[in-house]
Amino acid sequence: MPALLEVEGLEAQYGWTKVLHGLSFAVESGGITTILGANGAGKTTTLRAVCGMLKTTGGIRFDGQDISGKATEDIVRLGIAHAPEGRGTFSQLTVEENLRLGAYARRARTELADDFAHVYEYFPVLAERRRQVAGTLSGGEQQMLAVARALMSRPRLLLLDEPSLGLAPLVVREILRIVRAINKEQGVSVLLVEQNASLALELADHAYLLETGRVVMGGPAERLRRDESIRRSYLGY
Amino acid sequence: METFLQQVVSGLATGGIYASLALALVMIYQATDVVNYSQGEMAMFSTYLAWSMLNHGVPYWIAFFATVAIAFVGGVLVQRVIIRPVQSAPVLTIVIVCIGLLTIFNSLAGWIYSYVIQPFPSPFPKAPIKIGRIVFGQHDLGAIGVTLILLALIYLFFRFTSLGLAMRAAAHNPVSARLVGIRVGWMLALGWGMAALIGAVAGMMVAPVIFLEPNMMAGILIYAFASATLGGFTSPGGAVVGGFLVGVTENLAGTYVSFIGTSLKLTVALALIIVVLLVRPSGLFGRAVVHRV
Repeated sequence: MPALLEVEGLEAQYGWTKVLHGLSFAVESGGITTILGANGAGKTTTLRAVCGMLKTTGGIRFDGQDISGKATEDIVRLGIAHAPEGRGTFSQLTVEENLRLGAYARRARTELADDFAHVYEYFPVLAERRRQVAGTLSGGEQQMLAVARALMSRPRLLLLDEPSLGLAPLVVREILRIVRAINKEQGVSVLLVEQNASLALELADHAYLLETGRVVMGGPAERLRRDESIRRSYLGY
Repeated sequence: METFLQQVVSGLATGGIYASLALALVMIYQATDVVNYSQGEMAMFSTYLAWSMLNHGVPYWIAFFATVAIAFVGGVLVQRVIIRPVQSAPVLTIVIVCIGLLTIFNSLAGWIYSYVIQPFPSPFPKAPIKIGRIVFGQHDLGAIGVTLILLALIYLFFRFTSLGLAMRAAAHNPVSARLVGIRVGWMLALGWGMAALIGAVAGMMVAPVIFLEPNMMAGILIYAFASATLGGFTSPGGAVVGGFLVGVTENLAGTYVSFIGTSLKLTVALALIIVVLLVRPSGLFGRAVVHRV
């Protein structure tokens, strides 16, 4: 399968501190790829770099097109949706307004009703909370809203940053189940960043292991999951 | 009782003026988190534009809408050219830039149009209306009406249009706004444009009452600040209610508290700002904004 997203020799820094040291990886079209690593390995930074939220060097190609150095707004309009760390919902706006904003960059507004129906099918709880202000939702519901909002833009690639953060295991399982369903049914490719390696490896087809801003290992998720030495030394479970 | 009601009515009339400028202040604050100290001078300058159009024989309402359009474009330009480079600078820097703008607009108006006080026409009939024994000026009623229409339009815009929603999103959470593809920079510029537009309307409604001169807005800006503080800087409706309250309070205090009279009226506004900030910093209708640290 061709790669939808290709990253090559990606470098980034915050101030004087370099956090990504020549990262290379690819996300295959139609698949779920995960980037694993400990706190501070550069996972969030990698996603932010893909979305043009910080200055980087190196190549980032989306669907064959070079997107490095482009503005976030323009990258998003190409079909990349990002559910950021901490969920990034508009806490003072209602659930419905959040979802409407998800579709903001899309030109065809006529199909908006379809999209709402679709998203509410995946996340029935959001339909119930439609008129509620996002800030009053539970953590799990906010994460669902973040994914749902990303979905509203009809993305080709969904970037998910630590969807498990601060949520009960059952809620996390539910959300990841829905992510898989979206991937299968809508053909949306997913790039998932996770600290919870066992969960992520269960979901993903392909995995990369990140350590202090470098890819130390990559391969089919299946293989990483089976390999005991990798599991013990890198994933810690 | 009659004097009391009459004072309330004329308080409402001046209050309408404060309300419209307060609305412009709140507009920019809502859209961009900046308090624009030069709002009054921008309004004054726009009013001069209308005045010179009228002097060249342009009919009132054409001049009115042309001024409003020019003010909008001017507001957008001021944001793009002057404010944008300092947008991420500390608050104090932006305050200083706004005060700089205030003096620039003020002296520019003085230089172009001179400091001579000019009359400015009202689009409404002169003859006052009497209901019972209480006198209503038609210009006052008209100005209040215009302010309320503006408020309604702003409400509809923010509540029901995609662009309004995008502007709210950009103000609340610029990072996430970018992630859904909103061009945040332009939303901020749009906020300035709309505020300048509201200010221009305020200026053209004030000028027939207090006459046109470069310093006409100095006092009014302080009343507008009092109004916005009282109603809440986060609430357009609150700012308008605040404007009327300030107008009435000021007028009643001037009439019934003998030592205040006309000379200490402005002090009432300042005292009001301090009391509100001490007792209820978010204002009557505002939400307390919590910044995550």
